[in-house]
Amino acid sequence: MTASKESESLAPGGGGLAFWVVGFILLVAMPLLNVLPPEDSWLHLSDFSLNRFGKFLAFAILALGLDLIWGYTGILSLGQGVFFGLGAYCMGMHMMLTIGKESVYGSDLPDFMVWNQVKELPFFWKPFYSFPAAVIGAMLVPMLFALVFGFFAFRSRIKGVYFAIITQALALAAWLVFNRNDTNLGGTNGLTDFKQLIGYRLSDPGTQRVLYIVTVLCLGGAYLLCRWIIRSRAGRVLVAVRDSEQRVTFSGYTPANYKLFVFVVAAALAGLAGMLYAPQVGIITPAQIGVLPSLEMVIWVAVGGRASLAGAVLGAVSVNYGRSILTNYFPELWPFILGGLFVVVVLLFPDGLIGIMRKMKERMRTGKAAAASEGKR
Amino acid sequence: MTEQKSFQNSIIYLDAVTVDYDGFKALNQLTFMVNYKELRVVIGPNGAGKTTLLDVICGKTKPAAGRVVFGQDKELIGKQADEIVKLGIGRKFQAPSIYGNLTVWENLDLSLKRNSKGVFPTLLGKSTAEERERIAQNLETINLKDYAYTRAGSLSHGQKQWLEIGMVILLEPSLLLVDEPVAGMTDKETEQTGQLLQSLAEHRAIVVIEHDMDFVRQIARIVTVLHEGTVICEGTVEKVQADDRVREIYLGRQKVAH
Amino acid sequence: MMLSLGRMVAALSMVGLVMFCGQAWAVTADRPADAPPMSPVELALTQLTSEDESVRDAAIRTLVEQGDVSLLPQLEAIRANADRSIRQAIKPLMDSLKNRANLKSPSTDVRRSAATDLGSAGRAWAIPWLEAAAANEPNKWVRYTMEESAALLKLASDDQTIKAAAAEKLGELYSQNGVPAMKKLVAVGESAEATEPQKIVAKAAADSIHRIETWGAWSNAIETFFRAMSLSSVLLIMSLGLAIVFGLMGVINMAHGELMMVGAYATFVTQEIFKAYLPPSMFESYFLTAMPVAFLTAAAFGLALEATVIRFLYGRPLETMLATWGVSLVLMQAARVYFGDLTAVIAPTWLSGGAQVMVGVYLPFNRIFIIGLSIICVLAIYLLLFRSSLGLRVRAVMQNRNMSSCLGIPTRKVDAYTFAFGSGLAGVAGWALTLVGNVDPGLGQNYIVDAFMVVVTGGVGKLAGTIVASLGIGGLNKLIEPSFGAVYGKVFILVLVILFLQWRPSGLFAMKGRNADS
Repeated sequence: MTASKESESLAPGGGGLAFWVVGFILLVAMPLLNVLPPEDSWLHLSDFSLNRFGKFLAFAILALGLDLIWGYTGILSLGQGVFFGLGAYCMGMHMMLTIGKESVYGSDLPDFMVWNQVKELPFFWKPFYSFPAAVIGAMLVPMLFALVFGFFAFRSRIKGVYFAIITQALALAAWLVFNRNDTNLGGTNGLTDFKQLIGYRLSDPGTQRVLYIVTVLCLGGAYLLCRWIIRSRAGRVLVAVRDSEQRVTFSGYTPANYKLFVFVVAAALAGLAGMLYAPQVGIITPAQIGVLPSLEMVIWVAVGGRASLAGAVLGAVSVNYGRSILTNYFPELWPFILGGLFVVVVLLFPDGLIGIMRKMKERMRTGKAAAASEGKR
Repeated sequence: MTEQKSFQNSIIYLDAVTVDYDGFKALNQLTFMVNYKELRVVIGPNGAGKTTLLDVICGKTKPAAGRVVFGQDKELIGKQADEIVKLGIGRKFQAPSIYGNLTVWENLDLSLKRNSKGVFPTLLGKSTAEERERIAQNLETINLKDYAYTRAGSLSHGQKQWLEIGMVILLEPSLLLVDEPVAGMTDKETEQTGQLLQSLAEHRAIVVIEHDMDFVRQIARIVTVLHEGTVICEGTVEKVQADDRVREIYLGRQKVAH
Repeated sequence: MMLSLGRMVAALSMVGLVMFCGQAWAVTADRPADAPPMSPVELALTQLTSEDESVRDAAIRTLVEQGDVSLLPQLEAIRANADRSIRQAIKPLMDSLKNRANLKSPSTDVRRSAATDLGSAGRAWAIPWLEAAAANEPNKWVRYTMEESAALLKLASDDQTIKAAAAEKLGELYSQNGVPAMKKLVAVGESAEATEPQKIVAKAAADSIHRIETWGAWSNAIETFFRAMSLSSVLLIMSLGLAIVFGLMGVINMAHGELMMVGAYATFVTQEIFKAYLPPSMFESYFLTAMPVAFLTAAAFGLALEATVIRFLYGRPLETMLATWGVSLVLMQAARVYFGDLTAVIAPTWLSGGAQVMVGVYLPFNRIFIIGLSIICVLAIYLLLFRSSLGLRVRAVMQNRNMSSCLGIPTRKVDAYTFAFGSGLAGVAGWALTLVGNVDPGLGQNYIVDAFMVVVTGGVGKLAGTIVASLGIGGLNKLIEPSFGAVYGKVFILVLVILFLQWRPSGLFAMKGRNADS
């Protein structure tokens, strides 16, 4: 009698139907709207819009991981941009190497290396000739990095504000290192001018469409993975860590291991997001991985709704959509809005958009119930 | 010091334990022993070191000196809190320490004693029918049967206390440490809690810290009085209440307070 | 066309020469009638333009020996009309004369740079001038430069004994400037065909180089130490307000950097007001006036921030971090829109420049000022926290909020005032930072992560933690910067802090006992 209730009590909102509906829209409807209607039709979704949306969905993958660690486990990581960057750079390095002789200087080496008078490809670039290595590396490198960093941080019980600040310092340090020319990662200009990915031209809308679909599939997979984690007993331990770490310890669990686990999963998702971001946007620079972008990622989750996977996705897409609209029309206004959003969401809508939607639903339900009871009278 | 004669029978034995908080000795050369299946009450004025005593046993505080032996030969000093829990020591905290965002059922389910509480077994683990049965029984014991799927955060204070006791019981500890279990409870709840603790003591040793003397009288067989980090008196309630030094501490304090 | 131009130049130079001669004649006309028609100086001046190089050199020599700065306009006139080789010959002469005159300037800086120029120009004729000037020089460091320059010039002498003496003198002076030349002498002395006197010179030079390098290592160490102290005090001033608020409310105020920016802009605005409305004579005092202005402005911002945001987030430190970061974005952008990107504060003259405390060690006044300020801030906070009734209340609330509230301490007000005070300190930090950098909207972001690290490393509740952590992080930063570079130095410090927190997870001075977990 209790088994079903037990597993449902923490199920993220939305349920099965919404997942399939949203999945259908993202995976089938949007690409079709891009391909089928003629370009002047109001139904037509431009290549640009589809590509931009793919970028937002890549961010949504990162937001899912951040939601796991912050929303569910209550650990604020201000360094997710670093893991995102590691993933993006892994894929970027692969794409740099496949430019080959098409580069400006016509050298086998990436342009910036020719510019910096680097004669030989640095050793850590070599594995990225291989596409599978780049894909695996894009997730494995952030995971390993998170594993080492997290091991030391969680082992010594660094938590709360302390952890947030340490991860912020990590973001700053990574930003500084990636900006250097002597690390052979392209310096301030980053990696760009990609031409192709496993033989397909990146400038071809068809390639971008496939990348979009791959992103949607990855997002779906990431969502299911997160949902599975959250619904498992380990997922409940994560929430328990947030509520009372002391009690978790005194129930025989080792909170540090759970934190490390979720930190590594979040890093893997951030790396995956970065990996999908690089070919779709065509450039990755240190500006995407520093202190500010890492903080901005937190607001995605906050706006969407903490401790709700659907909220994380919704937040990442809506904040980034708002950003791309607003920075276009009112570039000076965007920081005000972003800053204001932070304050307003934290102060007034701690459960974000999902929370507002839930409240509205509840109000409608109680309204209906009231109307029904009214009618009975 | 004649107590040292037989710590062979003790489940927990503290030998000359000192805890130093920046010069303030919360425990001072404390020697303390509890036998198997004993229900022991520890009383003492504020700052006597009662909570620190429990902290030392369960590995939350590292003493500056002394030994802590669990059972026959298990040294506890240097062990992490979660290892000590696995050895069979359960702790209920003074302020209810439960998971407010999980249901009562989930709270209990997480606490249930299991072979492994590592990340991956927990990730893949499913509850067995037998485990569910035990949780259901436990819900009856702690009077929360009707609240199984309520968010624990919305329980009343007394219910939270019981929930935490229920969670600790499910760990099946052979030594249960309970810190002020009846604080904030109604008289009826207090009495029920007393009965619960007494029935639990049939199978395990329990150390209870308490201020409420009526409650102490209800449950206590042997009482230990702590003062300034050392044991100043140990014995039955009557013996303790008749002890001059105990009266001095309590009455003397009262005088100051008035 | 070309031809006519050439003719014009020739004509003009003729006119110039005539004018010049006229002038020369006019000068001589004032002289007593029995004087020779031309003084050696005047003769030399006419000979300067001679085609014969030896005549020209002799003329220059005469002019150097007997001439002075009053000849400059005449020399300038000659130069203007002379051809290239003559211009090149006259240039050093003019420079020498100019610098010689400057050796007597009332400004120490001018005297000193004149001495430096003479030393590097490599004209042996300046030696007696420098020595004469050094004998009468009141300022120690100017005299030092004069002696150094004289010795440098002597080092180029043909006489090996003078060379050796000069090398020794340079060693006594710990002159870094002498090292390259002396290294050459050493090389000469080591070559196979070196004569005995050359070997002696080489020996003296080698000894001096060794002496200078030892001294250089020491003075480097002292300067590094000073830079470390200076960075530490910048960090300390920034972290103090942050640490107090963190200790009291468990809150990291991410807008702390922007409150510093507010203080810096308050300083800038004060400066502009002084410029616009007050007589220039009072301008110098703007900087000190700006201090209370910066403090109060930032404190007012802090008070507003506490009242509108932070008070609603009490007990939720992570949310507070995010909300205050939002505020910081807004403040930064507001500054960018209102003030634009770059505004500089002019440091008052009494803070520009620096003090030479020993050879090779130059301490800028603004850095010394910041070190002093940090000490004053620490003392002020100490007095406020431990010697005032407000401080007592603050400490009481820090220790046990509930109990304090029971005892009738208005904890909400204590929070608000403490937050305002911490913000005011940020303002003072911003005020001080105008001395070492530009005022721009990103001012707060530059150092703030370091300040957070200081607070985290220092731990909660004790002033000493913040001080030690500032010294440690600032000191290490400067200590490892030379070998690691600034970027890897920072990374290295992050690693160190993480390793340090392994040992002390809640910082240097963590609270122990009952309140440790709250």
